[in-house]
Amino acid sequence: MQTSFPVAAGDFTKAGAASSEIKRMLKQLGIPQKTIKRIVVALFEAEVNVIAHSYGGDISCDVTPQQVEIRVIDKGPGIPDLNLAMKEGWSTASEEVREMGYGAGMGLPNIKKNADLLEIHTAANDHTDIRMTFFLDGDKEQ
Amino acid sequence: MSAYHHSLAIREQLCFGCTHCMKKCPTASIRIEKGHAHVDPAKCIDCGQCMQACPHHAIGVEQTPFEMLFSFKQRVAVIPTVFLAQFEDSITNNQIILALYDIGFTHIYFAELGIDIAKQLGLEEKAEVQKPVISSFCPSIIRLIRTRYPGLCEHLSRLRSPGQIAAIFARAEVNEQTGRPSETGVFYITPCPAKISEFKSEEETKGKLEGIFDGVLNLDTVYNMVRNSITKNKKKFSLETCEGSELPEATSVSSTWSLINGETVAKATRHLAIDEIHQVIDFLEYVEEDDEFNIDYLEFKACAEGCVGGILCTRNKFLAKERLSRLASTLPDELSDDMKQRISKFADLMRSSAYEEPPEEDHSIKLDADIETAIHKMEKVRKITSALPGIDCGLCGAPTCEELAQDIAQGGASIRQCTVLRLKDPKELNTLARIWGEKVSQDSDLI
Repeated sequence: MQTSFPVAAGDFTKAGAASSEIKRMLKQLGIPQKTIKRIVVALFEAEVNVIAHSYGGDISCDVTPQQVEIRVIDKGPGIPDLNLAMKEGWSTASEEVREMGYGAGMGLPNIKKNADLLEIHTAANDHTDIRMTFFLDGDKEQ
Repeated sequence: MSAYHHSLAIREQLCFGCTHCMKKCPTASIRIEKGHAHVDPAKCIDCGQCMQACPHHAIGVEQTPFEMLFSFKQRVAVIPTVFLAQFEDSITNNQIILALYDIGFTHIYFAELGIDIAKQLGLEEKAEVQKPVISSFCPSIIRLIRTRYPGLCEHLSRLRSPGQIAAIFARAEVNEQTGRPSETGVFYITPCPAKISEFKSEEETKGKLEGIFDGVLNLDTVYNMVRNSITKNKKKFSLETCEGSELPEATSVSSTWSLINGETVAKATRHLAIDEIHQVIDFLEYVEEDDEFNIDYLEFKACAEGCVGGILCTRNKFLAKERLSRLASTLPDELSDDMKQRISKFADLMRSSAYEEPPEEDHSIKLDADIETAIHKMEKVRKITSALPGIDCGLCGAPTCEELAQDIAQGGASIRQCTVLRLKDPKELNTLARIWGEKVSQDSDLI
């Protein structure tokens, strides 16, 4: 079961639209509530990252009975130092973005905290490709 | 778990399938089949929007037969203050109360006394309830959360509704006076069908003996009886005779609890109050997604303006609201010393019975209990939806094209029901019907 949503750069009014759609779908599929909550939190962070930092991108969601896999692929400009970006509180967000209540430097750390697996491919002047996986076998449920 | 009991019922002889109710239903629980509306009991939350939308009065609400009152010697009425607000200015509160005795009640308590009881005894929220705490005042909202937002069940307040607390107190007090519990009947007069469904469902699962109420009466029925009584007995209810008679007790703040903002007006914490079921649903989506929600308490009421907008209310809700506010201005800020003592007497009983069991999830939007099957069904829904016209005309008997697609995927409908496709390309429709199968039930010959 695959589905995808385009995310436009700079349009904060739509922030959370893709996350909401995916949440609705996961509820219909009967994914456990606690897993949905983790997915929505991680996904929302990723969605805002695309809006705030990239030239736009796509979010896709693939559900199997074993796992939910979310891929967020943007059109660049990439993250020059990924280790730094994974640090809590570190942010490149502009003053404008921070004034809107975003850019606290918790995006990637929050994704990492909520996903069971996280894989990021990125480089300066390249696109960023994030793959987050959530297992449905109940490992993290308790 | 036994199925939830619903109090709303379609009267087939009056319903001719006009789709008004189907379009209004906030949970997409109504379908038109063979010219009549049908309600899916798993999805219905008893909000009564359908009843309000029906131009043919084809939706009725069941209630306890009034005669049942007289199988009890002590007949206790628990009335919400909103009942008094239904009458125009020419009829006084005292006249209404006396007329309630006249039609057969022997004891009258305000439902809102329950709030004062909880305050006096310091009944706090259970510690395990998550913040933001969601008010459990409105039974339709409780049902909505249990069926569509089950992840939020742990936020639902566990404190019983004021009417229930008042009823437990009233029963205890009357029983003590008479010493004959079997002769006491406690009746709630309700402005909404959801309350009746809650009562009936509880009665069916827990048995009559444990029930808080012995019956629930519709506000409009009792309104008519009181109104008739006052009109026909002009002398008995003259202003002079009624003057000086006493109103049941409740404090000023409690008396407007059922209005929107009524619960939160006195709260010092961060809170929000939202009325009208569609608005509540929009907001719950948000609550469900936001992890860092800085609100402590959420007051939700399914009806616009709160219970004055109740489906069984007879008067314009804004006029009723005005009368309720005026009533509040005449009520005291504190209960009488006598009432406080009466409450203290039953403190232990009230403390032990004022809480609900944790609410059970009753998921109504899963496509299937098995994830793999649900995935297959969703893929099917996607494909079917893309073939449908997407104009949500409702002629097929489902409120939207996507709902029809879901019904087809669940085996409860056929794509042949789509009128637009049938007119546009009957051949193509036959092909699609072959691909996705016909309706599973025997009556697939309906078109």
